[in-house]
Amino acid sequence: MGRITLDKVTKSFGETQVIPPLDLTIEDGEFTVFVGPSGCGKSTLLRLIAGLEDITSGQIRIDGNDATNVPPAKRGLAMVFQSYALYPHMSVRKNIAFPLRMAKLDKAAQDAKIEAAAAALNLTDYLDRKPGQLSGGQRQRVAIGRAIVREPSAFLFDEPLSNLDAALRVGMRMEISELHKKLATTMVYVTHDQVEAMTMADKIVVLRAGHIEQVGSPLELYKAPRNLFVAGFIGSPKMNLIDGPEAAKHDAHTIGVRPEHIAVSASEGIWSGKVGVTEHLGSDTFLHVHGTGLGEMITVRAGGEVDFKYGDTIYLTPRADVIHRFGTDGLRIA
Amino acid sequence: MATKASRSAARLMMAPAVILLLGWMLVPLTMTLWFSFRKYLPLRGGDLGWAGFDNYTRFVTSSAFWPSVMATLTVVGGVLIITVCLGVLLAILLDQPMWGQGVVRILVIAPFFVMPTVSALVWKNMFMDPTNGLFAHLFKFFGAEPIAWLSQASMPSIIMIVSWQWLPFATLILLTAIQSLDSEQLEASEIDGAPPLKRFWFIILPHLGRAITVVILIQTIFLLSIFAEIFVTTGGAFGTKTLTYLIFQRVLESQNIGLGSAGGVYAIILANIVAIFLMRIVGKNLDN
Repeated sequence: MGRITLDKVTKSFGETQVIPPLDLTIEDGEFTVFVGPSGCGKSTLLRLIAGLEDITSGQIRIDGNDATNVPPAKRGLAMVFQSYALYPHMSVRKNIAFPLRMAKLDKAAQDAKIEAAAAALNLTDYLDRKPGQLSGGQRQRVAIGRAIVREPSAFLFDEPLSNLDAALRVGMRMEISELHKKLATTMVYVTHDQVEAMTMADKIVVLRAGHIEQVGSPLELYKAPRNLFVAGFIGSPKMNLIDGPEAAKHDAHTIGVRPEHIAVSASEGIWSGKVGVTEHLGSDTFLHVHGTGLGEMITVRAGGEVDFKYGDTIYLTPRADVIHRFGTDGLRIA
Repeated sequence: MATKASRSAARLMMAPAVILLLGWMLVPLTMTLWFSFRKYLPLRGGDLGWAGFDNYTRFVTSSAFWPSVMATLTVVGGVLIITVCLGVLLAILLDQPMWGQGVVRILVIAPFFVMPTVSALVWKNMFMDPTNGLFAHLFKFFGAEPIAWLSQASMPSIIMIVSWQWLPFATLILLTAIQSLDSEQLEASEIDGAPPLKRFWFIILPHLGRAITVVILIQTIFLLSIFAEIFVTTGGAFGTKTLTYLIFQRVLESQNIGLGSAGGVYAIILANIVAIFLMRIVGKNLDN
């Protein structure tokens, strides 16, 4: 079981309030991702749940029990840190055994759990090495191994993939998702990378300056961002936000059109402009279109085969059914 | 320094320093070896020719020899234990955020800047004096009989004085080591269920291993040759005659340079034995 409830939780460091009153429920077995730009309070929020920071006011409940003043070790949570926080002087085996040793489990039971965790994470061959002799991905797996042997009611991940290179990150993303499916344990995952959030989450919590901007499944956030911030943050490349007379045509202060919802043509369309930089990814082409009169630049995602060169004139047509409309307050107009 | 030319240029430029240091070491060493085989009594006829191994056998068969070796090892060992243990505790204390941290740190380091002679005299006259010393007053305040520190508890007194001088050094090195500990490791162990004492034992102490090694190595080298503290306090009496002090007595008080030089060679051998042992025990700590 691992249902985590935050009830009017606040956190202040001295005078500055980093987390204003915040309510959130993380359901049992859910993969929840906290996402937001750096400094938005997402790591602080995770540390509050872990108990590494005291909350200033409010209440944290784990499985319905008040955990506000429970020390971290007694909350039944396991945490994977950004730096992995492996103990450098201990072998992989000792690292994974550490929480079991602290729980005074007998040696045979310890070994059984370590072997099982090592087998699940492909670490069996590395059990007697020191962390310093492992690659980044292996260290990451040791950190996860140390977390799973405790059989926690929830896992907390603090930007665990940010120290890995791009290829490894994709692999580890899959492994963590796989692990979540297998264990069906609550996972809370902090990242600044919206791609990680979109690909892994059951539920995304978008944070800005300690405020929850929106909570929802990845597709909910993609299809119906609640405000301009979420609209700009979720989706890659970023949504084009256009205001002025073009937005007024749609009875909105600002309209948002995703790059993938714009059709391109060399001869006709609603908007026209000059092609700037084009990024060919093979499967897709990202075109940066200037001089449309709609703002500084419009990003368009077109098929891999389009053939526009720098300075070509291009015509753009947004898909009418997926234009997002926002009012003067930045909130979505239904 | 990749190319051949730059390598040889580097050698050339290092040469003056290397030659100077080598000479600095070799000249006194050769002279000590030379004198140790001579019968050389400056006030009783000067250089009286070869003595063979006479000086060497006389030095070790003297009744003062083994006690002086033991005294040396006791001082070194005692000071090492005290400075490392208290140094670790002080480093942890100073690592805590507190008001006036900067001033406190400077105060802690201050004793290291006091000259050995001065600090030993301060201890002797202001703290350990049996009638006017602070300790005497403290003892009297509690109704106890003041003890004459330097004669009744001479060895502990010397160890206390030298420890006081070297504690700042140990603290300083251990403090910088403790500051380099990744706080996420401590947090991870906290979540893993380790209470503060176990966090100290399993995380902080192993992290300090290398720094403790450095402290032990450097301190041993300097502690083997302490002299001023003994000279101005007990003058080598009451069982505080270390090997260094014994050599000094042989050369200056007995005016026997040959005998003293032989003692010097023994001191070199002892220092090397200690160094080899330390390197063995401690060298493992330094790699990885």
